[in-house]
Amino acid sequence: MPLRAKVASSVSRTAAALSRAAGRGDGSVIGGWIGLKIDPDLLAHLSAGRAIALVSGTNGKTTTTRLAAAAVGVLGRVATNSFGANMPTGHTSALAKAGSTPYAVLEVDEHYLAQVLEATEPHVVALLNLSRDQLDRAKEVAMMAQLWRAALVRHAEVRVVANADDPMVVWAATPPADPARGINAPHVTWFSAGQRWHDDSWVCPECGATIQRSGEQWWCTGCPLRRPEPNWTVEDDGVLDSTGAWHKITLQLPGKVNIGNAATALAVAAEFGVRPVDAVSRLGTVTSVAGRYAQVNRDGRNIRLLLAKNPASWLEAFDMADEAPTLLSINARDPDGLDTSWLFDVDFAPLRGRQVLITGDRAYDLAVRLEVNGVPFQHVRTFDEAVRTAPPGRLEVIANYTAFQDIRAELDRVN
Amino acid sequence: MSTESLRIVWVYPDLLSTYGDRGNMLILARRAQLRGMPVEVLEVRSDQRLPATADIYLIGGGEDGPQALGAQRLLADGGLHRAVAQGSVVFGVCAGYQLLGTSFFAKGTRCAGLELLDLSSDRGPTRAVGELAGEIDPRLGVPALSGFENHGGRTHLGQGVSPLARVTAGVGNDGATEGAWRGKLLGTYSHGPALARNPALADLLLRWATGTHQLPPLDDTWADRLRSERRAAVAAAARA
Repeated sequence: MPLRAKVASSVSRTAAALSRAAGRGDGSVIGGWIGLKIDPDLLAHLSAGRAIALVSGTNGKTTTTRLAAAAVGVLGRVATNSFGANMPTGHTSALAKAGSTPYAVLEVDEHYLAQVLEATEPHVVALLNLSRDQLDRAKEVAMMAQLWRAALVRHAEVRVVANADDPMVVWAATPPADPARGINAPHVTWFSAGQRWHDDSWVCPECGATIQRSGEQWWCTGCPLRRPEPNWTVEDDGVLDSTGAWHKITLQLPGKVNIGNAATALAVAAEFGVRPVDAVSRLGTVTSVAGRYAQVNRDGRNIRLLLAKNPASWLEAFDMADEAPTLLSINARDPDGLDTSWLFDVDFAPLRGRQVLITGDRAYDLAVRLEVNGVPFQHVRTFDEAVRTAPPGRLEVIANYTAFQDIRAELDRVN
Repeated sequence: MSTESLRIVWVYPDLLSTYGDRGNMLILARRAQLRGMPVEVLEVRSDQRLPATADIYLIGGGEDGPQALGAQRLLADGGLHRAVAQGSVVFGVCAGYQLLGTSFFAKGTRCAGLELLDLSSDRGPTRAVGELAGEIDPRLGVPALSGFENHGGRTHLGQGVSPLARVTAGVGNDGATEGAWRGKLLGTYSHGPALARNPALADLLLRWATGTHQLPPLDDTWADRLRSERRAAVAAAARA
């Protein structure tokens, strides 16, 4: 590593430690930010010599990254940005903090995938899904798929692990080869983990015709784009690997969606030569991910934290949550997106019959939504009031990003 | 009403539904049902014929490609034009508002609109993203507009339409006016579930559709709280 990079890396680690000691945060962003100021190529320098996997998509990337890091851990030490700090500053900080490791598994914000592919030259990139998220500033879904596709054209050597169930992902992962210009199609391993949310992929990104669905199959009515045959699939409570062997998956994380995330993690690890049979037990050691799924006992309430950031992940959260009193908390600060329109893309009907409490900066937007949805609710001003209002026993908390962080802070930054 | 029940059609949810547009359909249906009106709700996809006999047509927002495709299919279908000729109500939001005009820009080219409203849209210098508020045309008897906008278009109104509102915060059509209406056709840049924050606008559409001058009042406590909270937020942002 060049001297400048060494200095930057060391300063970066110190800043992160100071940030944590000062109680200002996880230190996962500030350290990388300072390091990149000193050496803009620090991320590339820190990546050199490591076999790296990148994990990107709208939903599930933090959990899948955590599970994939556990699986790749069969082979040796793995650096990872396990606090969900998923932009280049977070990657820099994570790699600097980990010191020299043979492997790294990095969660990447979907907007930064091209940049991080460039800097880290990964061995494998996992593409999970693309759906509407923070639309007041995020790129529209089709535009994001186009950005991914263009990035993969420039990195045809990277091995791709991609979701066969998401037409946007399939299109992004299959840029046309053009041997005359030296462009090869990337090698893709397809997984099928199911997809609950279909509302962002009714129009073909290739030709604009309608996409038809029947069961798990989907196909474009105007061009050859269709669901590829998956190499890895979720079956019952396990995964069928690319050789046709079935492995039972036992997780401490709730919901079918996490079985899908586990299958993806095993497919990523397999690209490094990890056999699923060796990795599957490690997945069961993951209890919570940056506070997600964490359980905290307070005043006789067993509080479980679920993060839901966009319509697709709300559907998943309802699936994971128990039939128990449920607190919903909604903010619309910068990291959440300033627009709350998406609340009407979520059907809250699964909550009928549960005691529903609502809070957060934008609780009134949620109140109007729940009223239209026919879901009775009670508004509470604070998290403490919610805990006092709920009866003893399980309290499910489902919150969007900054609301989740606020509650996590109340619970002493539980991980 | 055309039949015993109020018929609401959501036009092309497969193309024009980007920002919680479903909300407008749910809100109208609920507010009608609470007044004891039987309601029939139809979601008509872009590969289906559009019935011409419904009372209210809702057209939502969408990305460039789906917007252009939606306009083409509506022009070819002709159902919406027949419905308008028979006096149906049309509520267009964002991309769905633009395509009611004579032309709009999508993917860098000028596209033909439905020519149901005398207005045309092009690209503005910047994307308008944020809270949108305005004083609604007093002839409509509706309190201030409260919404959120997210669009790159600017809309120029002709003589044949009136602005829906005079802008007090945000951009709307051009920074001065917002939305447009004529007869029983109304369009706005207040995107997505615009009626959630404007229950009186929802009731205006219901009154137009049913020909009643007054509807029994509903308990709008939560919508009123939301409106005052947003009004305070807009005022605070203006002071900052």
